[in-house]
Amino acid sequence: MSQPSLSEALRGVVRRDLLLAMRHRSDVAMSVFFVVIVASLFPLGVGPEPAVLRTIASGVLWVTALLACLLSLGRLFTADYLDGVLEQTLLIPQPLAVLVVGKVFSHWVISGLPVVLLSPLLGLQFGLSGESLGVLTLSLLLGTPTLSMIGAIGAALTLGLRGSGLLVALLVLPLFIPVLIFGAGAVSSSLAGIGSEANLSLLGACFLLSLAFAPWATAVALRIALE
Amino acid sequence: MFQTVALSGSRGERRLFSDVNVTVKPGTLLAVVGENGSGKTSFLRMLCGLLSPDGGEILWQGNNIRKLKELYSAQLTYVGHLNGIKDELTPVENLKVSACLAGDESSGGVVQKALEAVGLGRAVHRLPTRVLSQGQKRRVTLARLWLSTRPLWLLDEPFASLDAAATSYLTQQIQSHLSRGGMVVVATHQEIDLPPDCIQHLRLTQ
Repeated sequence: MSQPSLSEALRGVVRRDLLLAMRHRSDVAMSVFFVVIVASLFPLGVGPEPAVLRTIASGVLWVTALLACLLSLGRLFTADYLDGVLEQTLLIPQPLAVLVVGKVFSHWVISGLPVVLLSPLLGLQFGLSGESLGVLTLSLLLGTPTLSMIGAIGAALTLGLRGSGLLVALLVLPLFIPVLIFGAGAVSSSLAGIGSEANLSLLGACFLLSLAFAPWATAVALRIALE
Repeated sequence: MFQTVALSGSRGERRLFSDVNVTVKPGTLLAVVGENGSGKTSFLRMLCGLLSPDGGEILWQGNNIRKLKELYSAQLTYVGHLNGIKDELTPVENLKVSACLAGDESSGGVVQKALEAVGLGRAVHRLPTRVLSQGQKRRVTLARLWLSTRPLWLLDEPFASLDAAATSYLTQQIQSHLSRGGMVVVATHQEIDLPPDCIQHLRLTQ
C-alpha cells in the first residue's frame, strides 16, 4: 500500500499545473497583455496631466490587477472538473485544503506574479516616484496572493454552473474590496508622504487571514461540487 | 475486507438503490451490473467516498469510511467514468504525475513499462494525449493499475472503448491483483473472463 507524503502530493499538484501553463503559454501572455493594455488606456483617456495621473495611479493599477485575477479564475478548477482530474485530486490521501493551497499557488504564479513584476513599468506611465513604485510592487506582492485565495472560493462555489464567469465576479469582487482599499491606500499614503507601513501591515494581515480560511472553504465547496 | 451495510442512495428525488448488503473478501471481485441509469456510477462514487449515501454504512476492515477519511483513500485506486488525464500532457507525463500523487514509484522506466504493458508502444509515449484515440486514452488511464500497490480497486466501465487485446491485458492484470489478495469492484456491462468462484454479481434495479 502506498501513500504520498504531504510535500510529494503538494509538489505533484504544483508541478502539473505549471507544466500545463507552459503548454498554454498564450493564456499566460493574454492576461499579461490585458493588464498592460488596460493600464495604458487610462493615461490616453484621462490626458497627460501628471498630477491627475499620479492621483489615479494606485486605484487604476489595483483595479487592473483585480480584473486580471478575476479573468483567470475560470481556469482554476474548470478544466480539472471536466476531465476528471479533480475527482482524482479529492482521492489523494492528504488534506484537500493543503492541495488547494498548491493549486492557488500555481494560479498566482501564472496570473498574479507577472502583474507584480510588470507593475513598476506600468507605474512609470503614471509618473510615480521611485519610492511609490517600490510600495506599489510590494503592495501587489502582498495583495495578489490574497486575491487568488479569495477567488478560489468563488471558483469552487460556481464550479459546473452555467454562466459561472459572471457569477464569480458578483461573488468575489465585493470580497476583494478590503484588499483594494489597503493596496491602493498604501500607494496613496506613500505619495502623500505619510508612511505606508500601516496599509502594508493590513494587507499582510488579510493574506494570513485568507491563508487560514480560504483553502478550507474552497475544499468544502469542491467536495459539494463533486457530489 | 470491504463491506456495505443497508446502503441506499439517490440522485435528486430519484431513489437509485436501497438496502444493498455486499461483502468483498480479499481475492474476490464484485461485478456491479444493471441497465443504463441504474446507479452503477453513483454506487462506485459512494464506495470511493466522493458521494455520501442516503443511509447505511460502508465499512473498510470494520470501520466506517467516513471516519477513516484519508486513511481509507490511501487503500483505493479509482478509475472513473472520466479518464482523469490531461490532454496537453504526454502519456508518460500523465502517468508520472498520477503515480507521484498516489505515492507509487514514478521513475521513467517504471512508467514506460506500464504503458507498454497496456499495449501503448514507444511511438505514442511522447505525443500529447490530445491526439490519441478514445481507446488509447483509456489505456493511459488504466496503466495506473500496473503501478498501483493499493488493495482495493474501484473500476467504472474499465472495458469501455477497449479492443480485444487491451481487454485481455486488463483481465490478466485484474486476475493477478486478485491472486495477490486484492479486492476489485467493477461496474460493467460485459462478462469478465475470470474463474466464477472469485466473482460475485450485484444487480442494481430500481
